[in-house]
Amino acid sequence: MVWVNAIVQGLMLGGLFALFACGLSLLFGVVGVINLAHGDFAVLGAYVAVALLPSVHTNALWALLFVPPIFAVFGYGAQRTVLQRSLDTGPLTTLLVTFGLSVVIQNALLEGFSADSHSLSVGALATSAFHPAHGVVVPYLRLAILLTAVAVLGSVQLLLARTSVGRQIRAVADDPEAASVSGVSTRHITGIAAGIAFATVAVAGLAFGMYAQFAPTTGSTWLLYAFEAVIVGGLGSLWGTLAGGCVLGLAQTIGEQIAPTAGTLAVQLVFLAMLAVRPTGLFPARVAV
Amino acid sequence: MNAGDPILVADKLTIRHGQLTAVHDVSLSVAGGELFAVVGANGAGKSTLLRTLAGLHKPTAGTITLAGEDITRLSPDRRVRRGISLVPEGRRLFLSMTVEENLLVGGANGRPGSWTADRVFELFPWMRSRYKEQTAHLSGGEQQVVAIGRALVANPRVLLLDEISLGLAPVVVKRIYETLPALLGTDMAVLVVEQDVAQAMRVAGRFQCLLEGRTTLEGKPSDYTAEQVEAAYFGFGSAVESWSG
Repeated sequence: MVWVNAIVQGLMLGGLFALFACGLSLLFGVVGVINLAHGDFAVLGAYVAVALLPSVHTNALWALLFVPPIFAVFGYGAQRTVLQRSLDTGPLTTLLVTFGLSVVIQNALLEGFSADSHSLSVGALATSAFHPAHGVVVPYLRLAILLTAVAVLGSVQLLLARTSVGRQIRAVADDPEAASVSGVSTRHITGIAAGIAFATVAVAGLAFGMYAQFAPTTGSTWLLYAFEAVIVGGLGSLWGTLAGGCVLGLAQTIGEQIAPTAGTLAVQLVFLAMLAVRPTGLFPARVAV
Repeated sequence: MNAGDPILVADKLTIRHGQLTAVHDVSLSVAGGELFAVVGANGAGKSTLLRTLAGLHKPTAGTITLAGEDITRLSPDRRVRRGISLVPEGRRLFLSMTVEENLLVGGANGRPGSWTADRVFELFPWMRSRYKEQTAHLSGGEQQVVAIGRALVANPRVLLLDEISLGLAPVVVKRIYETLPALLGTDMAVLVVEQDVAQAMRVAGRFQCLLEGRTTLEGKPSDYTAEQVEAAYFGFGSAVESWSG
């Protein structure tokens, strides 16, 4: 039964990884920005909740109502200004710019909130769990995070596949010049894509803040997991990102089951094995060139 | 506006790429219902001219007006909204998307009008049965037709076609050219850029020949002999001397 439990825990942890990787996948896949500040933006989202919630005892679920919209507007603005400008200069510039943003965010958070760790309170949800079978524990919060990940990735996928804005986003990702002569306002549309990506980053940051403690520098350690989930799942595929997150989550918990300290090592070994065996990821995007 | 009035007018356009001047002082005007051809050898500046009309390059001098409105500084997507659509060289479809999605993107920001996906199917019946297919799986000729369809559903007043014969079998090119007159009935102006002079001359009402970025010959195809056009195209022989002299 301990192995069943490890698998259940792994899938739920995978949900958090996938939720966290969604924004990175989207921003890289459709906008072309490799966002090195991705983890820091997520942590920033959690701190925005800390700053704006009326008291530390307020249930942090309320933050889901206002932090993602703030981030969506911010993402649109960031894309129309600093990110688009760096994209126009070349791919290396976006790396430098987002790395710079990462340093700026970490230091601003240190200045504003000190190096102490914080957490987001979700009341009884944080501690209650149910036992579907003997020896298997399903905490409600982790289950909710997994379901949120499926819902977020699914609705973004649906938006890209079925709506006019989604089709225009994919058109710009395919061929920006052809999109512009087909009437697509490429900058506005890329801004919307970035806004969606940043909204998912905010959701991930809040989920992370409810799940564990965070400090201003937590984001950069989590960035690695996001990259790995995107690459294991296959670049440019959101369902792949969900699968990639689950593979990493399973590696973590099954590794821990083998030896309590082997979880992180197992994640990295699985990632390296994936790179060697299937470098395009589980579900490579179906873009033909 | 009367029929036969010019709808798209380019006045004394000069276009530079860095140090190189690709187009010198070229003017042209196209009227609704007219098929106008710009011919010229490789590097004559005709694609640059067309891309400038679509808004992908900014001219260093000169103006472009659409139905009297100055659009010289407008972005490509705003021009589509006003009625200029370009079918780019090399087709440039959204290859990760289906035929249907390509047409939906084309129509999303266009003008209202009679060109819908159904009307495109009337022109190219094979497309109806392959509507849900990925465009990456289509042949070059089929992709070219979808690219034209994608521009048509935006209901352009001026349709710009850049080298639609490039890389396609002659029989396919012939079939595509045969459909062009059907577009003119809606008072749409069609401007083609073509290396294949004979093909362009067969369908065009008027033409203009470019050589090294300058206009060397313009008028109706019937006004000139093949030799005169050839001379203007390659830049040697008596015709060019008498025109430039």
